[in-house]
Amino acid sequence: MANIFNLHLGFLHDGLSLFFLATILLISIPSGIYSLGYLKGHYSKGKIIYNWVLFILFVISMLLVVTVNNALVFLICWELMSLVSYFLVVFDEKSEKSQSAGTTYVVMTHIGTAFITAAFLILYKHSGSFDFSILKATADTLQSTARTLVFIFLLIGFGTKAGIVPLHIWLPQAHPQAPSHVSSLMSGVMIKTAIYGIIRFIIFILGVDSLWWGNLILVLAAVSCVVGVIYALMEHDLKKLLAYHSVENIGIILLGLGASMVFLKINLPVLAVFSLAAGLYHLINHAIFKGLLFLCAGSVYKATGTRDIEKLGGLIKKMPYTSVAFLIGAMAISALPPLNGFVSEWLTLQAFFQGALLSTSGIKVFLSLCAAALALTSGLAAACFVKAFGITFLAQPRSAKAKEALDVPFSMKIAMGILSILTFVFGLACAIIFKMLVIVSKSALGLKTLNVNFSLNNFTLVTANNTAVSLPLVALMLIASVLVAIVLLFVFSGKSKVKKYNTWDCGYYKLNSRNEYTATAFSKPFRIAFSFFLLPYKKTEKIRESFYHVKTFKYETFTTPVFGKYIYAPLLGIILSLARFMRRLQPGSIHLYISYIFVTIIALIMFMKKF
Amino acid sequence: MTKITFSILQVIIFVAIAPLISGVITKIKNNLRFRRGPGIFQPYYNLVKLFAKEEVTSETASWIFRVTPLVVLASTVTAAFIVPAFMPGYNTGDLLLLVFLFSLGRFFLALAALDTGSSFGGMGSSREMFISSFAEPAAILSIFAISLNLGTTNLLAISYLYAIKLSTVIAAISLFMVILAETSRIPIDNQETHLELTMIHEAMVLEYSGRSLAIIELASYIKQVIFFSLIGTILLPVFLSYGLANNFMVFSGYLAKLFTLCILVAFIEVNLAKMRLFRAIDFFSFSFVLALIAIIMAALGV
Repeated sequence: MANIFNLHLGFLHDGLSLFFLATILLISIPSGIYSLGYLKGHYSKGKIIYNWVLFILFVISMLLVVTVNNALVFLICWELMSLVSYFLVVFDEKSEKSQSAGTTYVVMTHIGTAFITAAFLILYKHSGSFDFSILKATADTLQSTARTLVFIFLLIGFGTKAGIVPLHIWLPQAHPQAPSHVSSLMSGVMIKTAIYGIIRFIIFILGVDSLWWGNLILVLAAVSCVVGVIYALMEHDLKKLLAYHSVENIGIILLGLGASMVFLKINLPVLAVFSLAAGLYHLINHAIFKGLLFLCAGSVYKATGTRDIEKLGGLIKKMPYTSVAFLIGAMAISALPPLNGFVSEWLTLQAFFQGALLSTSGIKVFLSLCAAALALTSGLAAACFVKAFGITFLAQPRSAKAKEALDVPFSMKIAMGILSILTFVFGLACAIIFKMLVIVSKSALGLKTLNVNFSLNNFTLVTANNTAVSLPLVALMLIASVLVAIVLLFVFSGKSKVKKYNTWDCGYYKLNSRNEYTATAFSKPFRIAFSFFLLPYKKTEKIRESFYHVKTFKYETFTTPVFGKYIYAPLLGIILSLARFMRRLQPGSIHLYISYIFVTIIALIMFMKKF
Repeated sequence: MTKITFSILQVIIFVAIAPLISGVITKIKNNLRFRRGPGIFQPYYNLVKLFAKEEVTSETASWIFRVTPLVVLASTVTAAFIVPAFMPGYNTGDLLLLVFLFSLGRFFLALAALDTGSSFGGMGSSREMFISSFAEPAAILSIFAISLNLGTTNLLAISYLYAIKLSTVIAAISLFMVILAETSRIPIDNQETHLELTMIHEAMVLEYSGRSLAIIELASYIKQVIFFSLIGTILLPVFLSYGLANNFMVFSGYLAKLFTLCILVAFIEVNLAKMRLFRAIDFFSFSFVLALIAIIMAALGV
């Protein structure tokens, strides 16, 4: 027992920890600036101070999680992070929604923590220490079954925090309930600490044991990204939509990670480094654009008081600044060149391609299918963000509140501006950034001596087989072709003559916002295409004045939450009935309780005697 | 330096002949139906007419609507640099970049369609994104199959790594199906219709007029010629390997490839009917399965 307390407390400063440290700070600082304007007027003074305390604690706990070098201290920081974020989720404690979201969150996150604790205890039993370096040194001699068990436990534990399908259930409930700057931190950074856990404990400390580990992660990742984006398409609550996209993007990050684990096992170390670096690149990219999008969603909420995109519209004219920021975020998350999202998706696809090129037949097809899943995801994500941006910001306002919206205070604009610029920086400077990520990836995989370089002259990304893409050049060509087109147009047809007129309305009276396409209508083809999974149903309600005359007609469509209904609800039912059974032990009689204590003491004495 | 000049020259030729390809397809289609039809230069006349016309834009529309034609054109022209058609050009990107560049144009076009507040625009936007998101996996998978045989996703490799395999042909068929959809051809979309319930691409650009419409039309002509050149280069890269020494032969070979594809597309358009929107999923599933077969064959080395 003694050496539990014999802590060699210190901080890690290897590439992996520094990378996560940088990511956390990169998002926390703009979020902090944003909250200055966001909280003002929304909350009372005491509440603002309370928020700041929690916010700073939250950031510190995340920083500690990614830097401590002891598993026990890691668990304590992890728990601190979870609890502080719980209090941030239930920050608007008045609403019942945030209470139930908070409860789901706290329960799920503790199930995850329980699994992580169990995994750590197995490791501790083997090595007799919680110190990372000792854990790593002794992990090699761990028995194969124990090692598999540790892997599964860690995957479940960190997967819950990361929001891997089917453990994602809490994520779309909890993230939107927190104040927007906290949502941006939770979605942008907090779930990434789980990725840190997976890399640190599974890849770095435990070491990849067999091929199916990587394959399992790839399958889970592919399912997560497709399921996440399908749910996001069906969602009309702006923040909830973004939360579902976090599930999707965690999937994309894990595709890089899983591919890396596969490549390690099939003896392609160069590709393992490449694809882990691609995953890390997507991680930081997602932190940037998801942080940005949540901040924009918060601005929309502050200006209009609603998150339902069906009630918004036309905001591009009322909130020009926010709309540009949201557009940049939407373009980045849809992987459009030359922004940052494109870089990491290109890298991930290239990782799959090179893997398919060098591996043997079965894995070739499997990796190609993973790439197809990624392609489907990115297509659907683009559709989803056309919907999100188009319905929220374009056309005419659909409600009085949207009509009266005003752009947000300066501090919020600054925060959105910083993150918008970062999406460009991480797109255009991809070669330099990737070079650094390759170093991080090498140290995480323990392949420090490997001599690889995937960047050419700081402007071009190159893969291991000399396929190159140069985003500065692409950006230059895009700008140049626009300029050439403008000049040619001016030379040949002079200044354009533009007349403003109504939108064509088929000879109908003036169109109003009731004629516009809605988000529900926009996503209808997808709802039908994925009906086997979404199980949509509709409710119609007619109020009749007489048999012939229907006074009002209400029509609503819903989709079935498959995971909630078929996995979690039955599970909860079992747990509750067990709890009801156990309640018989507690009838409230003090005599009975004293006898319980007595029996327990007897049992303990016998137990101690025996062993 | 010569490589850059050649790339720019190639793009200029792309832009110059792009409307002609559409004109030729229309002509062949009409001849197949025993009609006379407009001349093959009609798209040029249309463009000239549109460029000179006054533009009417919606009051509801924002700056998104105004910049979209330029973004669409720029992304298409940038894509034109990537595909080697009749000369090995400058190395700017690869096949995957091509896919994402077209997404850029499509993204803006779909936004512009929502911008005017007309429900036609919304309909077109929704359907276009629906179709493209199902086309994307099939496209990526067929690109993978082709690239597995090439050893790289960089198309330039094709000019010196010429070894056509059966799996490449199957992948090219799969890619061709995607291309039919991407160029809004039957059986997915119909360029000739302006019927509200069926149009997809046309519904998106319904509010455009004058110069902006001309730019968008030109961009879609260029997109078509890029795709045709891509298929031509993949299936018959032989003309590339002749190099620049024999310019005339290479160029006429290229035109012959484009003409063959025009006839093929015209035949398909005349002989098939447009599918219901939700049948598009079956269409892309078929394309996807073909690409998967191509991958398996490529894995087996066929």
